[in-house]
Amino acid sequence: MAFLRFKDVRIAGIAAGVPKRVLNNLQNNNISVDYSAEDYVKTTGVIERHTSKTLCTSDLCFEAAERLIADLQWDKSEIEALVFVSQTADYILPATACILQERLGLSKECYASDCALGCSGWVYGLSHVVSLVANGDIKKALILCGDAKKRADGPGDPLFGSAGTATAVEFCKGAKGLLFHFGTDGSGYDAIIIPDGGSRNQVSPASFEEEVVDGKITNRMTTRMNGMDVFSFGITVPPKSIKRLAEHYSFDYLDADYYVFHQANMKMNNMIKKKLKLADDKVPECMSHFGNTSSASIPLTIVTQLKDKLTEPKKFICCGFGVGLSWGTTAFETDSNIVISDLVLVDELS
Amino acid sequence: MDLQEFVAHFAEQFEETDASVFTPQTKYHELEEWSSLIGLSIIAMVDEEYDVAIKGNDVKSSVTIEDLFNIVKERA
Repeated sequence: MAFLRFKDVRIAGIAAGVPKRVLNNLQNNNISVDYSAEDYVKTTGVIERHTSKTLCTSDLCFEAAERLIADLQWDKSEIEALVFVSQTADYILPATACILQERLGLSKECYASDCALGCSGWVYGLSHVVSLVANGDIKKALILCGDAKKRADGPGDPLFGSAGTATAVEFCKGAKGLLFHFGTDGSGYDAIIIPDGGSRNQVSPASFEEEVVDGKITNRMTTRMNGMDVFSFGITVPPKSIKRLAEHYSFDYLDADYYVFHQANMKMNNMIKKKLKLADDKVPECMSHFGNTSSASIPLTIVTQLKDKLTEPKKFICCGFGVGLSWGTTAFETDSNIVISDLVLVDELS
Repeated sequence: MDLQEFVAHFAEQFEETDASVFTPQTKYHELEEWSSLIGLSIIAMVDEEYDVAIKGNDVKSSVTIEDLFNIVKERA
């Protein structure tokens, strides 16, 4: 059973960056051959989203990390680990974490690694870094996490927005730490998939031929999703994962102050909230103005919706779920010293 | 599980199509209002009312409302 507990570690701060450019879905006449833009927005809740044709995930994460390090007044030479979580890396190789080590001016004495997960990614990345820091050898570390699909800057992919986030974790003797539960169901590997471009189906001219899948015009180099299967997964697995974590560590899941879910789509998230019997004001959302931002969605929600509410300790339960299929839940308490940076609006690259 | 009740729950997911249109034999993919977005509502309804998880293929491969009812009934 994939349960984990780490003590003596705290979340020191969170920051997020999004492209300046905003696309409105209600002005999108090409959402689907099956339904209207209004019906799409009503079901998904995604009114608008930030996208860019030039910015990569690492650009957004870099800006978020620079802001966070400045706000925390951390000395860069003390940051000894960096995990980059994304499914939109800069290159097929090398790992983007290595590029970010140099770009951020971190020490060469730095543990740096990529983690290729999507919607569950922040929770996974957090567990990687928390496990590195909890014994106190490495004292300060970053999770840089998000996705920026350049093709989301257009009418064809109205669910997704771009965002890059930075989460700072530090060793702190006596801190309560974090609890985790993880799960995986690889039988659903093709429920959300980019079929071509990897080693299994290498890129070829046929990869770019247009086809209609579930009412959407697509090709084999873009993300395709079996929406109904993902929906079925999304309304059943997160509530179970939260209940299993609470049961395993003997706490009442209803005692948390905030429940931050991956921002999948409004209909799915409302079902999850209802199944867990959670009050609306404890479940912040940001998908209406940022869309589904993949692994960035949990930290982006905290930055945009809870910044002013964390001056006193707050109990969180966060759950990421999606592509893989993969899911992870974490429970932790923030302390009154946590730094939440202002949202960074990132300019296009020239 | 009651078939008529299932048909009524099914019909509630539609906004424009009159409830009187729906019978166990309704071929729902042929309804003007049918879309994959309504498919999500059907999956949510089945989860909520019957505590049964159905997948996209169940919704896609069933022809009539009764076909889908039989799938749900088998798993309830």
